[in-house]
Amino acid sequence: MHAIETQNLSKDYAVGFFKKQLRPALKSLNLTVDSGETFGFLGPNGAGKTTTLKLLMGIIFPSAGSAKILGKDCLDPEIKRKIGFLPEQPYFYDYLSAPELLDYYAQLSGVAHSGRKKRIAAQLERVGLADVGKLQLRKFSKGMLQRVGIAQAMVHDPDVFFLDEPMSGLDPLGRHEVRELIQSLKDEGKTIFFSTHILSDAEALCDRVAVIHKGELRGVGVVNDLRSNTADKTEVIWRGAQAISAVSSLLKQSHVTGDTVRAIVSAENLDRLLEKLRQEHARLVSVTPLQATLEEYFLSKTTEQETVKA
Amino acid sequence: MISRLSAITLNTFREAVRDRVLYNLIIFALLLVASAPLFSQISIAIERLVLVNLGLSSISLFGVIIAVFIGIGLVSKEIEKKTLYTILSRPVRRWEFVVGKYIGLMVTLVVNAALMTLGFYIALLLTERKLTGGDSRLLVAIYFIILEFLIVTAITLLFSSFSTPIFSAIFAFAVFVIGTFGEDLRNFAAVAQGPTKWVTTGAAYLLPNFSALNVISQVAHDQPISGNLILFNTVYALLYSAAVIAAAVLIFEHRNLK
Repeated sequence: MHAIETQNLSKDYAVGFFKKQLRPALKSLNLTVDSGETFGFLGPNGAGKTTTLKLLMGIIFPSAGSAKILGKDCLDPEIKRKIGFLPEQPYFYDYLSAPELLDYYAQLSGVAHSGRKKRIAAQLERVGLADVGKLQLRKFSKGMLQRVGIAQAMVHDPDVFFLDEPMSGLDPLGRHEVRELIQSLKDEGKTIFFSTHILSDAEALCDRVAVIHKGELRGVGVVNDLRSNTADKTEVIWRGAQAISAVSSLLKQSHVTGDTVRAIVSAENLDRLLEKLRQEHARLVSVTPLQATLEEYFLSKTTEQETVKA
Repeated sequence: MISRLSAITLNTFREAVRDRVLYNLIIFALLLVASAPLFSQISIAIERLVLVNLGLSSISLFGVIIAVFIGIGLVSKEIEKKTLYTILSRPVRRWEFVVGKYIGLMVTLVVNAALMTLGFYIALLLTERKLTGGDSRLLVAIYFIILEFLIVTAITLLFSSFSTPIFSAIFAFAVFVIGTFGEDLRNFAAVAQGPTKWVTTGAAYLLPNFSALNVISQVAHDQPISGNLILFNTVYALLYSAAVIAAAVLIFEHRNLK
């Protein structure tokens, strides 16, 4: 059984004055996420990430297709006991204090009265807000609100977390703290599905990622595999700047510093370059295959269709 | 279910209590009630009449204003500020949310009415130096005012489940004004002819009849209120507001929340 499974999940929005035109926001999404997996849902702004999360949370209804969470329809209210959701740039009832807010959400999620207070205190402690007391949320900073958001998603100890852009708008320290929190949930064996357009976060945390663009799924895979798929360049460093004229046609890029040359070469030209360098009596310093970043994969997936069209 | 409903009810009540706009309204209403003895100074021999009319009318009017102004934001504000996202991602049925919000606002209105009633009776005691048996009859008028709140809140909630706050307020006030002249509408329907008769008859039965709930003038003149009227008005207000809330739930159940 998959933790999350979508089948041809689609959403069209009616647009225009008479609402007769349909604008697809999500096109036939087929996706599976396994239990205990940390899954990154990547895409530029407006790609369909939040639409997907809203569909999974039952905030909007699909135009076609279906979605299951832990084997049950995502609209089944009972399955929601096992879900924790952090919306993008969350806003909470600002007249409440953090413990009051968590108590409200815990009640709605069916957390028993006995031990609720203790559980709330523990969650606040976990997100670093143990000392906020009765301070109303309207006086909280953005980073503090994000932490309250994570605490409310955890308060009923769910199995699956849905986090919409959990690091957006945070300063480097805040991002680091949120990243640590997600890592700790991952270590507890929770399933985490998070959308982001910050690729370094996905790279650091995710087991697998999916790239979505203009409502279409463009690729899914294990982060390491995706990176190696796009890796076809090697960095070669040698001493002997005189050799550069003989090999320049083989190089993609080169930088000369004194007698040292640092060059980037494609995989197919690597052998020929090394042979030529030997002939020119250059002294080889290092040969390092360059691993493509997730960003390159992301860019290749979000631009390839436009290139084909052009 | 009960736990979730009571949590939503309590939170709605708490929001209203911590909202400063509400305090302003209460203070203004209490001031008006408190100033009633001054009005009676200029109306010799009919102090009680002026005070009862003024006091009960302000309890009704301010309650309706609070019902509409808080009611229009009950659902739309939660959608606009996206606080609803963290509610609906929990095991909360959409109907529970709507009904919980409704009960929460009703609790707020009843508490307000109780406070204003207290102020009103104090003003009455100051004017008349004593309270008589006839003054307890005034409570029936206040009970009818609360029944009026039941309907106004339900109607506001219905409009706010599909419309913007400003339109919801306009529609709700329009229905309140038309409903206040409900009896006149019925009389007009009785004498009208052709299509006008159908339209006015339809409107008279579809729109709430607030004039039946207004007994302020009767109690001010110390006239008794029949038990039948109390029973009929209670059943009418409960059924009418239940039907309107059901319609609001039906709309909200199928709504995509952007």
